[in-house]
Amino acid sequence: MRAWHFSENAYHLLPDAKEYDSIRVTLPNRYYDPKLGADLYHRYIDEWVIAEDLGLELMVNEHHQTATNLNPAGPIIMGILARETKKARLLILGNPIANRREPVRVAEEMAMVDVYSRGRLEVGFVRGVPYEISAGNHRPTKMMERFWEAHDLILKAWTSHDGPFNWEGKYFHHRQVNIWPRPYQQPHPPVWITALSPDSARQVAERGYVVACFLTGFQGTKTIFETYRTRRTELGLPTPALDRFAYAALVYTGETDAEGYAGARKLMWYVESNKVPLQFTNPPGYQPIATAVNAMKGSSGIFKLFQNPTLERFMENGLVFAGNPDSVYRQIIKMHNHVGGFGHLLIMGQAGFLEHDETVKGMKLFAKEVYPRLKELDSGGIP
Amino acid sequence: MTNTVSRLDWLTVYGVQLEVVERGRGRSIVVLHGEDGLDPAAPFLDLLAAHGRVVAPSHPGFGHSPDAETIDTIDDLAYLYLDLLAGQDLREVSLIGFSLGGWIAAEMAVKSTDRLARLILVAPVGIKVGNRESRDIPDIFALPSQEVARLQYHDPTRAVVDYTVLSNDALTVLARDREATALYGWEPYFHNPKLRQRLHRINVPTLLLWGASDRFITHSYYGAAYRDAIPGARLEVIERAGHFPHREQPAAFVKRVRKFLAEGRQT
Repeated sequence: MRAWHFSENAYHLLPDAKEYDSIRVTLPNRYYDPKLGADLYHRYIDEWVIAEDLGLELMVNEHHQTATNLNPAGPIIMGILARETKKARLLILGNPIANRREPVRVAEEMAMVDVYSRGRLEVGFVRGVPYEISAGNHRPTKMMERFWEAHDLILKAWTSHDGPFNWEGKYFHHRQVNIWPRPYQQPHPPVWITALSPDSARQVAERGYVVACFLTGFQGTKTIFETYRTRRTELGLPTPALDRFAYAALVYTGETDAEGYAGARKLMWYVESNKVPLQFTNPPGYQPIATAVNAMKGSSGIFKLFQNPTLERFMENGLVFAGNPDSVYRQIIKMHNHVGGFGHLLIMGQAGFLEHDETVKGMKLFAKEVYPRLKELDSGGIP
Repeated sequence: MTNTVSRLDWLTVYGVQLEVVERGRGRSIVVLHGEDGLDPAAPFLDLLAAHGRVVAPSHPGFGHSPDAETIDTIDDLAYLYLDLLAGQDLREVSLIGFSLGGWIAAEMAVKSTDRLARLILVAPVGIKVGNRESRDIPDIFALPSQEVARLQYHDPTRAVVDYTVLSNDALTVLARDREATALYGWEPYFHNPKLRQRLHRINVPTLLLWGASDRFITHSYYGAAYRDAIPGARLEVIERAGHFPHREQPAAFVKRVRKFLAEGRQT
């Protein structure tokens, strides 16, 4: 198993949540102090570099108009890390391509980072969370159709080397597509896609990409991974290796369980602070109709967890792995076995008020005491 | 109210399937619902059916009308309904459109009024009036539902829906109506930047009806702009009604429609 460190580069220094309606979309940026923000950027980048020194791979993501995540341009952070690091794999998970107006620009950005990282880039594509609809400035209906057309255009841009082609699709038009540079890795960097629905999982499976689940817990993750594996079997393809599956959780490793839980409680800021009104969490068309109907009847399942998040319930459901090294290892293995195995653990190892020293301590304990045991698991084709 | 004909039916227009409420007899009254969808039990439909044959389709994606691969803009809907009028050979049609449906009706009328006798636009969206930094129309997708109700209803309590007592079918229709509204109205938000400059082409008598308490788009600003752009158009206001006067004041609404239809063709 490979472990990846990521941080959302949060700006957590906010007034009491009673003072604002929403931490996303509408929170006035007068609450953001650029001087403190600059310090935070440098700190978070330092932590990625330390993670590399500890042998972890690196992941960045992207969100918009939110204090929970100050990476509105993921490729920029990725570009910095490509220069600041030397050996770690670099995963961007991901590019919100249903919201980006120019897929060819995404292809260029990714090819550029791939080249100057000398082929260390892994490119994720994501649909984007519901609250990104306003910031992404694109309608929430038929998003996946647009997503896959953008994907097709990017892949063609990466793999065409004999001069320009033209694209006149349903959602995108582009003339004389002929990107410079072309990707370092051939035929293109590895592709990752996040999936929340079985339908998406099937489409990712058909293309053989890595499927990633974020905080989906035991049942949700199992459904996605099983759907992926079943789809491969239906198509008569070989059993996918473990490196096709990734799971993201909040992880904090302490010397003792108590220290691990204390660190995890600080990470929980990421979910606890997520105050967002209904009109932004449930834009029309984002969810399938059946899901929207269930939401009107009252939310259930994993969504309820997020409405009243506690560390205990998040740990019970496999969204947080925390405690001493043995405990963390056992919790990860439990999830691993429950979902049929996965080859990548995406670790949110920093959030909210978890200070630099605490973040580094948690990463170190994980890297030294937990990670070696995870690496011994069948890594199913990871080089 | 006695109806000689009352049925829920299906029409197919060049492969596009539409659920249609058809009610009454006589002259053709085509009704294009708004973002609130079409409620077949709405009292205004029966009241209207006393004055003609009401044909009220649910737009693709609304009600039970399936999504249509070929239809995803208001422009598509305008051509779809011009095709419907031709396919059914409806003539001298009185065309009524509510809000988003008023926008569709206006788009139809700037393309062709050949089959239209009269046009009634009820608080239509569709035009851009203000500058680039002021929304003419509050963003329903960015406001709490209580605020949307306050803007759109004379009596906002009428907008309160208890989801727990609705059937799965009713909830599905609500979710579909909401999604289809986003499909057609997301961007440019509830308008076509070119429509206002084309409204001069409308050459049939046109009545604009507006709820006096419509705080969503007001008659004095948005309604007046619409009226001024359509030659000879008249703007009338219905008291104690918001953005959906046919819902809040069905009798007063139909009374205005009947009076306008009785005026006959103006030249």
